[in-house]
Amino acid sequence: MSLIPPSLIPPGAIDCDVHPAVPDLRALFPYLNNHWRDQVVQRGMGDLETISYPPNAPLSARSDWRPASGKPASSVAQMREHILDPWQIRTAILNPLYGVHLLFSEDMAAAFTSALNDWVRHEWLDRDERLRASIVVPLQNVDMAVAEIERCASDRRFVQVLVMALGETPLGRRHFWPIYAAAARHGLPLGIHPGSSYRHPVTPTGWPSYFTEDYAAQSLALQNQLTSLITEGVFQKFPDLTVVLLESGFTWLPGYLWRLTKFWRGLRLEVPWVNVSPTELVRERVRFTLQPLDAPPTAADLEALLRHVDSDKMLLFSSDYPHWQFDGDEAIPAGLPAQSLQRILVDNPMDTYPRLGEP
Amino acid sequence: MSRHVVSSVDDFPPGTRRLITVKGRPIVVFNIEGEYFALLNRCPHQQASLFHGTLTGLVASSEPGCYKFEREGEILRCPWHGWEFDIRTGQSYCDPSKIQAKSYKIEIEDGASVVKGPYIAETFSIVVEENYVVLEL
Ligand code: FES
Repeated sequence: MSLIPPSLIPPGAIDCDVHPAVPDLRALFPYLNNHWRDQVVQRGMGDLETISYPPNAPLSARSDWRPASGKPASSVAQMREHILDPWQIRTAILNPLYGVHLLFSEDMAAAFTSALNDWVRHEWLDRDERLRASIVVPLQNVDMAVAEIERCASDRRFVQVLVMALGETPLGRRHFWPIYAAAARHGLPLGIHPGSSYRHPVTPTGWPSYFTEDYAAQSLALQNQLTSLITEGVFQKFPDLTVVLLESGFTWLPGYLWRLTKFWRGLRLEVPWVNVSPTELVRERVRFTLQPLDAPPTAADLEALLRHVDSDKMLLFSSDYPHWQFDGDEAIPAGLPAQSLQRILVDNPMDTYPRLGEP
Repeated sequence: MSRHVVSSVDDFPPGTRRLITVKGRPIVVFNIEGEYFALLNRCPHQQASLFHGTLTGLVASSEPGCYKFEREGEILRCPWHGWEFDIRTGQSYCDPSKIQAKSYKIEIEDGASVVKGPYIAETFSIVVEENYVVLEL
């Protein structure tokens, strides 16, 4: 089997995870009504920054992608110059990580989230036809989240529903199900991205001291959410729903699935609706973006790991722009089997996001 | 193949199980409401003694939140890691096509035919009027 060296992105790739930055709350003014605009002014709100991606942390943006002033990736022009044009990207999916999930007020969360989606639509989707986007939903209130999906889904450039990995309760719980029903009804996968509304510590053991711990813990949160979706029966209840784990890494999959499947074998009578093994469910129904890759030391090791996972259908190409996950243009890590490349770059994203196939 | 007399029916009442050795193999025989089933006494996972397993039912479900307790008493749960086996076939629930407990055929024969042979019943004296639990191996 031929393994590729780290390489440039061939033209025509579909980038499934890029992050447009809202410059500040005022950028959302055109999409907020006068009450909420006034609230921003009266309350002296400036921005909704989270500590998930502190603006000055090197990880939050590659140095060559930082503009002289303002936030990285805060305009279509920057994104074009840095990735869309040089890499000849066919389609890039925008996943805004703006801190609307931090808000406690359900009404404010719904208003700001709608404004965020409208901002994406007008300031990004309307300006470059290579762009698609996720619908951000206010998980603070399930009815409002469903309403937001219904409001945005008719714009076929929205291709996914986006939620953060750490919220108030595990994502498999039944009170969230109307959101999944709406997503499935509209052919929108559920994308889960690192990020927290900080209702709980970001690790299961309590609050960590350092950013390193916080960031490393995010993939555990995604694993926990995956377990919750599996055990609570979301995949059985919504047979048309695909779940995409964004920026989660995937090299943890063999150990994770081995353990979860082991426990399922002995304890499945607790969750009798899980009538196929978690390993099989994940292979069929869950997709993972490529970057950041917690790559093993050698190309052969990565190839071996992909063999353990036993599928080249699960990976979706992503650059994670503007987060700093690799240097130069070498977004394709060494060790991917050459014959899988087309799948990862194009075929898998097309299969995962049915709306990408629409004219 | 030879046929081995396990017990007389009268000595092996419903709700009991027996551990026997046939041709050097440990075999557990169950009487479930008058029906007899035999499995090799080694779990296909890591060889636990199935004789020590629990007989339970099959928890089935058509959707999350729905629990149907079916086939009560016909599912054997291994004492070590809880894998479930169908007492009738030995098939595991978790991976039925690949993981099976070895099962053996049991028949009830009357004493007259047992006496005729060719049965292996070294430890019994056969009474024509009784019925016997016979295992084929
Ligand atoms: S030995 Fe029987 S389940 Fe492990």
